[in-house]
Amino acid sequence: MKPPPFHYHDPRTLADAVELLSRLDNAKLLAGGQSLMPMLNMRFVLPDHVVDLNRVDGLSYIRESDGALAIGAMTRQRELEFSDLVRARLPLLHEAILQVGHRQTRNRGTIGGSLAHLDPAAELVSIAAAYDAVVTVTGPHGARDIAFAEFPAAYMTPAIEPHEILTAVRIPSWPQGHGHAFIEFSRRHGDFAIVSAAALLQADSAGRVARASLTLGGLGAAPVRMREVEHALIGEPPGDELFRNLCESCRSLEAVDDIHASAGYRQHLAAVLARRALVKAAERLAGGAAPRSVH
Amino acid sequence: MGDKRTISVTVNGARYEREVEVRLTLADFIRHHLGLTGTHLGCEHGVCGACTILLDGRSARSCLMLAVQADGHEILTVEGIAPSADKLHPLQEAFRDNHGLQCGFCTPGMLTTLLEFLRDNPDPTEQEVRIAISGNLCRCTGYQGIVDAALDAAKRLASSSSPGSGDPGWADEAVPT
Repeated sequence: MKPPPFHYHDPRTLADAVELLSRLDNAKLLAGGQSLMPMLNMRFVLPDHVVDLNRVDGLSYIRESDGALAIGAMTRQRELEFSDLVRARLPLLHEAILQVGHRQTRNRGTIGGSLAHLDPAAELVSIAAAYDAVVTVTGPHGARDIAFAEFPAAYMTPAIEPHEILTAVRIPSWPQGHGHAFIEFSRRHGDFAIVSAAALLQADSAGRVARASLTLGGLGAAPVRMREVEHALIGEPPGDELFRNLCESCRSLEAVDDIHASAGYRQHLAAVLARRALVKAAERLAGGAAPRSVH
Repeated sequence: MGDKRTISVTVNGARYEREVEVRLTLADFIRHHLGLTGTHLGCEHGVCGACTILLDGRSARSCLMLAVQADGHEILTVEGIAPSADKLHPLQEAFRDNHGLQCGFCTPGMLTTLLEFLRDNPDPTEQEVRIAISGNLCRCTGYQGIVDAALDAAKRLASSSSPGSGDPGWADEAVPT
């Protein structure tokens, strides 16, 4: 298995990378290479030019500002895994990153590459949706921000223009004491999720849900935010029965049917994993507001 | 087409300068251009882990990198793990003593993966070892011997690096951190 012939460019600055991308036809950006390289080896993609971002300065960082972490696109998944800042401010991301591939792929794979590749079952894509992340892309006319809800345009197709480069993602953190949980079902550890569920919960002083985020990945072309469930949770005391009843609606989500699982099985997993994620997130709320269990 | 570049790479402590096609994978560079055939190729699309090498001390699948991307970097392959031609690394000894290999195809990837893992986590649980090698497929041992070998290697490395025993057992010169 060999990649097809291409011209190779390894710019040192973002400006040079943008210039190359705007000048070259049929060019492909190479980030961590953990998806593009297999696609090249199997000749699923046939680019005339590969623009390698690995030697571009200034695209790898994790910084805190204004209640969010700004993360450079070329930040390796490994850096996220071992970042104290990520563990403290974005515990949901920390929990999910451990399920992203394997040590060998996280050493190379980047957050920007994963988001731009936009695999429907990718953990980081679900996490970006769960946190309402904002993606920054840079093109010949400068930088612009895209809310993650607007980011997936179609199956594995982000809403980025051909001459733009994803340069950073900004992920807002939730207040201290919030609950989080990321749960996925996959055949083996490190595989893409067949279905994943990500939950964030924040409680008010009386222990009732003040804010909720529930995201399901792996069902269709992009992760689904369960807005109706999130709204229905507001003002309610967290509890197994409430979660169970609300998550039944996940069974009517549209789901793909493929070699890994039938649509019906995915819908079943969606309801079960969504409930489990909410239960686990509620257990982790500060103050030990354990959910009322059903007997 | 057929663009070429000259690259300079340090492999197992030796410096190599070669002209390569830009589309050449690092795995093929190591095997075909340098003749280091200990790095095995199973799937060539990042699933089996047999081609795992250490790039600047970090494990990576060499089938998912281009040789040109390794320009200026340091690589450790399975050939560079043993401290000398007549002495095995404690991790290799543990594999031999615990039946950690049968056909040997996955072994280079297992060894390089575990070399990094045991350096990061010198006293792992069995579960942690299983997660560490979850990206390496073995089709004949059933993994049990490999897991036993990894846990045994952790013990051997801990005792060999205890104060006063001298050589910690790591091929430090060849594994930049």
